[in-house]
Formats: sequence, C-alpha cells, structure tokens
Amino acid sequence: MAADVDKVFKALADPGRRLLLDRLHADNGQTLGQLCEHLDMSRQAVTKHLKLLEEATLVATIWRGREKLHYLNPMPIHEIAERWIGKYERGRLRVLAELKKQLEGETND
Amino acid sequence: MTNSRFVYVTLIRTTPEKLWRALIEPEFTRRYWAETWQESEWKAGASWRLMIPGGRVGDSGEVLEIEPERRLVLSWRNDFKPELHEEGYSRLTYELEKQGEAVKLTVIHEMERSGSKLIEEVSGGWPLILASLKSLLETGESLEATRRWPEGV
Repeated sequence: MAADVDKVFKALADPGRRLLLDRLHADNGQTLGQLCEHLDMSRQAVTKHLKLLEEATLVATIWRGREKLHYLNPMPIHEIAERWIGKYERGRLRVLAELKKQLEGETND
Repeated sequence: MTNSRFVYVTLIRTTPEKLWRALIEPEFTRRYWAETWQESEWKAGASWRLMIPGGRVGDSGEVLEIEPERRLVLSWRNDFKPELHEEGYSRLTYELEKQGEAVKLTVIHEMERSGSKLIEEVSGGWPLILASLKSLLETGESLEATRRWPEGV
C-alpha cells in the first residue's frame, strides 16, 4: 500500500509529531489534555498533529466513557522495518545499537 | 490509570465480510492463530470458547455484543494457566471499519485491574497473530511462526 507508507513517512517527518509518539511510548493511553501538559505546542497544533498520526495509523484512539484515549500503534513502523531490515540483519543491528548506547553513555528515553 | 489495556490498529486490504469470517471461522483461524479455533453460536449472550489443539479449552467467555462485519465484544478468561485464570474476565473488542479499499481493524483487549498478567501476555501475542491474519487475507499465506501451536504449552 504505497499511499499508506507515504502517510507514515510524512507523519514521522515532523519533530513535534515524533515527540508526541515518544510521550505515548512512555505512557500509553493519554487524553489530549494529558498530552498537552508540559508541551511547548498549542492545543490546536497538538490536535492537528494527532489527526495526521491517526490517519497514518501511528496512533489509535478509543473512547472510554467521555474520554478519548490515544495509543501508540506500532504496526506501521513494524511493517517498514520488516520491509527493509531482514531477519538476519536485526540481530547485528541490535548489537551495534547497544554498543553505540554504551559508548555514548546513553541517557535517551 | 487503573485499567490494563492493549490497543492495536491494522489496515487490511480485504472486505468487511471476509475479515469477519476470518476472525471467527475455524478454517481461517487455524491457519493464522496457531491451529486454534472458536466455538460459539455467535449471538449476544451465547457462550464462546477458544479451543487449542488436542481439544483443550484455551480461553472462554460470552458474546457481549455482536454486529456482524462491524463489531464484536467478548468476555474472555484464560482457562489453561492458573495464574491468568484467577484474574477473571477481560474484555475483547474487534471493530471493523471500511476505509477505501481496505478495512481498518481495531483490537482492544482490556481488564479492569492494573498490571494484569493476562493483558501483558496477550499484548505479546496479538501483534504476531494480527500480522499473520493480514498476511493471510492479502497474500493467501499466513506467517510461518503462527501456523503451529507451540509445543509444551
């Protein structure tokens, strides 16, 4: 599905949207209000970003009571990885990523 | 947050009718869901069981809501691992929504307790099963890793 892959890359091309994905990765199932806390973005901007992320299926939303909850959906990124990263390369890449983390004294989470 | 919840969305190039059948009919599920099949009359209030090879009951519950080709909600309790069984009933929701030439499938598996082991366990299993379901419907082949029930489980 070429069009869907385009949507995923387009959605990932923005640092604000990647930040939102990072926030959901840290704490899945947040409301718009929770996502807006401690962010240097207007509520309107966050809403717009979330809409694009949802269209790319990078974010899934569900209603529970009166709350709309946002979840990180790993499917599209997984599919991209499957397409270009063979199962044999994965192990090697993990080792290299670990090495890089150790050498750089990684603090990123 | 007091609930444990798994949420997953996938777009599958198929029709709601085919996807619906693939979710409930044994000849489909056996191929992408590790040889398991489900037994139910598929109406609200009916009992539901997920059978594993050898004829054991893997999980069981009740059909809570059913709207063919659109929505299915099941209560779901594990029956073969004591530590999961004792957690009681979880709730599984499938939502199907036509989107152009594809169907958006949303899977929600949740339980009203924090840190559920059942939800943790199914969170590891669903992505593989759903990727295999997608592969089966789009290419006619399920994923190798999901074709057999794991030995010794």
